[in-house]
Amino acid sequence: MSDRYADMPHPIKDFTGYLSQGKFMLQRSRESGNYIFHPRVAEPLTGCTDLEWVEASGMGTVYSTTTIRVKAPAADYNLALIDLAEGPRMMSRVDDVAPDAVTIGMKVKARIVEEDGKPLVVFSPI
Amino acid sequence: MESFPRGKTAIVGAATFGIGEAPGFTAIDIAVHATVKALAQAGLKPSDADGLFICLPDDFLSGLTFAQYLGIHPKITDNNRTGGSAFMTHVMWATLALEAGLCDVAVVAYGSVQRTATGGLQSAARTDPIEGPYRPRLPVAAYALSAARHMHEYGTTSEQLAEVAIAAREWAKLNPDAFARGNLTIDDVLSARRVSDPLGVRDCCLVTDGAAAIVMTRADRARDLCKTPVHVLGAAAATFHMAISAMPDLTVTAASESGPRAFAQAGYRPKDMDVVELYDAFTINPVLFLEDLGFCPKGEGGRFVGDGKLRPGGGLAMNTNGGGLSCVHPGMYGLFPIVEAVEQIMGLAGDRQVKGAKLGLAHGNGGFLSSQATVILGAPETV
Repeated sequence: MSDRYADMPHPIKDFTGYLSQGKFMLQRSRESGNYIFHPRVAEPLTGCTDLEWVEASGMGTVYSTTTIRVKAPAADYNLALIDLAEGPRMMSRVDDVAPDAVTIGMKVKARIVEEDGKPLVVFSPI
Repeated sequence: MESFPRGKTAIVGAATFGIGEAPGFTAIDIAVHATVKALAQAGLKPSDADGLFICLPDDFLSGLTFAQYLGIHPKITDNNRTGGSAFMTHVMWATLALEAGLCDVAVVAYGSVQRTATGGLQSAARTDPIEGPYRPRLPVAAYALSAARHMHEYGTTSEQLAEVAIAAREWAKLNPDAFARGNLTIDDVLSARRVSDPLGVRDCCLVTDGAAAIVMTRADRARDLCKTPVHVLGAAAATFHMAISAMPDLTVTAASESGPRAFAQAGYRPKDMDVVELYDAFTINPVLFLEDLGFCPKGEGGRFVGDGKLRPGGGLAMNTNGGGLSCVHPGMYGLFPIVEAVEQIMGLAGDRQVKGAKLGLAHGNGGFLSSQATVILGAPETV
């Protein structure tokens, strides 16, 4: 089967492919310079499809946070929205601190961990 | 230039069925029970309906199934599903379709047996491949993130959110159909099992069965079909996002657009509303919606609700059926606020009747604060 679209970005496939190589990548429009996340085929509003993959700095700030409470013996865990230094916001989790010790405004840095056999971007307080 | 056909259509029947538990039925069974009840109020039968607006939790093609079940060949079959706000959007489209003569009798219906059916919570929202691995407990976690941000920016407290649940319960005590009518105190809400901080289980809506239906016609015909037609004065919708991570500002919902547009269509202001029926999936929702709809300034919602004004006799008659928190929440609650506003304006609300209610607002929320739709309804003399 020939793939007519082999040269074009394939948002989710590319993003997860980079992650498994240890790279946390964002998309950026060559024309507008805007960073984009979630991965997609066209820039919101402009429709620009000139999107390139660039490595994220990994720096971010907690925009909001919650601790999801679960029945023992499972452990409560954190869920957070992180404003990335490049602009986009992403859902993630802040590790290396108690889930309810994560605070809005906390400066955090990304790292890639393996979970259920798949790479995942999580954050740690700086 | 927007020209909404203000007052040109009216709701002539509004009914619920199976609120709480309706074991042994399917979703569409109870939706049809509510539909024939609402039609009968106006002296109509299924064969009179030629516009169907429906959105069932377990059937993506429910418009077709609904037509088949009723045995009719509708001219309009609308399956719009923007989540719990879909039903306000249905009213908007039904108004335009009736006014244009595309149909003559429109039915908006919903039903779910979320509580008694096996298989747990039914949701039409798909799991996002990027966000799924973080195990967001949706929908509650999305609303918790909003509540946490609102608290951070505006000093809103858990006690103020708890007051929303208490007020809902106090209204539910006046409604024999409401599912949760036991005593509830602020301490009960604050000490209830935590689900997703800062929200506990008493900050969350019920999981019940329930169905609702309304019947709409053009205003000229409505006069002949019922004593107090409830006119559609305004209806507007807006969508900001799907995933909570894509919501531009977690303290500002699309109600900030749908509300002002609906009020402009209606020619009324928030303070004119006699009853206000807001989609309260979680206690933070009415706080956000009261701000975004213009009942209080942005950021003041917590303090606004915290003084007890939402309780019966407290000054703002909100969620007079007990809301999604204490009356009924069968997966999507959006049609129930409309039915409650209609019953209030028709003067049929029994012990919970707000005296002389002529104007009402029903506001729906879909997804994760994603889609918002506002309907403003009024008795004939308000047109």
